[in-house]
Amino acid sequence: MLTRRVIPCLDVKNGRNVRGVRFSADIDAGDPVELAARYDREGADELVFYDITASAEGRNIMVDLVERVASQVFIPLSVGGGVRTIDDMYLMLRSGAEKVSINSAAHRDPDLIRACADRFGSQCVVLSIDALRDPDSDPPRWTIYLNGGRVRTSLDAVEIAQRGQELGAGEIVLNSIDADGTREGYDVEFLRAVTDVVSIPVVASGGAGSLEHLRDAIALGNAHAVLAASIFHFSVYSVREAKEFMASAGIPMRLDPYD
Amino acid sequence: MIAVVDYGAGNIHSVARALTRVGATFAVTHDPATVAAADAVVLPGVGAAADTMKGLRQARVDDPVVAAISRGVPYLGICMGLQVLFDRSEEDDETPCLGVLPGEVVRFPPGLEVPHMGWNQVLQADDSPLFAGVPQNSNFYFVHSYFARPADDACVSATTDYGLDFTSVVRRDNLYATQFHPEKSGVVGLRIYANFIRLAGQTPRPEFD
Repeated sequence: MLTRRVIPCLDVKNGRNVRGVRFSADIDAGDPVELAARYDREGADELVFYDITASAEGRNIMVDLVERVASQVFIPLSVGGGVRTIDDMYLMLRSGAEKVSINSAAHRDPDLIRACADRFGSQCVVLSIDALRDPDSDPPRWTIYLNGGRVRTSLDAVEIAQRGQELGAGEIVLNSIDADGTREGYDVEFLRAVTDVVSIPVVASGGAGSLEHLRDAIALGNAHAVLAASIFHFSVYSVREAKEFMASAGIPMRLDPYD
Repeated sequence: MIAVVDYGAGNIHSVARALTRVGATFAVTHDPATVAAADAVVLPGVGAAADTMKGLRQARVDDPVVAAISRGVPYLGICMGLQVLFDRSEEDDETPCLGVLPGEVVRFPPGLEVPHMGWNQVLQADDSPLFAGVPQNSNFYFVHSYFARPADDACVSATTDYGLDFTSVVRRDNLYATQFHPEKSGVVGLRIYANFIRLAGQTPRPEFD
């Protein structure tokens, strides 16, 4: 049986891992290569690296970082942040990433999703969606923001998730800007709104603060995977603890001895 | 010398990194003569069947790979390196493959999410040296939409449950191939590579021995 995944996320700025709260990042949370190795030992099912500076300089740092991690850590690696072209994507895949997530560029030009999927296969194309819940909307609606939460669009996140699947995305990462870094829980209603209408895996992101939050994203939100940053970086919980908790709640988890 | 066949497969670097990690001596090569004369052959692969067969033919390594297998040297196929061993694949409107093993490669039936992507358990059906030290039902990382249906069950070395039981490892004499990606499967995956290089007469690093 296919297991559900626990994915620690490393937000990388100038080669260091940082912690974000509602999309502003400034707290140094350690060396990404060391953290990656630790998460691997604890049983992480996958690792995600986001370049939150997303500049040309940042991209070179990411390529170097992914290469260094990939030579030590033998689990799937995903990379995101500032990917604008097929060539950007190729560079990341070549450096050792399994999957590449595209965000702002895919919302500005949806054909990029199709082009990347045609060239590299859907399995390595991840559509990343940052969205904010519209205040007072009934039924609820979530609006997409670009450039790390700085630019509002008129795009409806649930519709864009559906269209992303049609264009060839192999997976969707759903980031709730409202919940990001708050440790108050994922937006389960948002997850459910998307998982009800797509058949590709959806990864929950933003808001994890407790093991119950992780469980609820999967058990109630139907997420295939949970992505979390600060609860792991600051050792509130280990990845292993998170997986054992979810396994005890009846969620299929990979619990092999890892080292 | 282990030849890692380079015909443009996307995961060749990951495979090379894993072999390096376990202490292998190997050459990444697209030279037909080197492949034909190798002590062991590793055939990586991701993507589509037609692209893989085209890549192998264009690099002129298709016949040398088959010749190496016929000579009985250890062979390790990864993902597409398993699928192309069979007679044909349904993918891309029927792709003729290498025909080393009788059988075909088919798509997961409707109703199952494809690709089958993530960690799943591998149920070992025999006592394969490729799995020495690997616990029964260990999880490995899969990414694929098609799977092999061997005509002869004798080559089925392990199976995996994804709504249906499919063949996840094949074995015949010195030929081994996995549908999953051991280079992305953590410590148990590295053990697969360590076991393979031992079959090829090399000694893995102590922590994998």
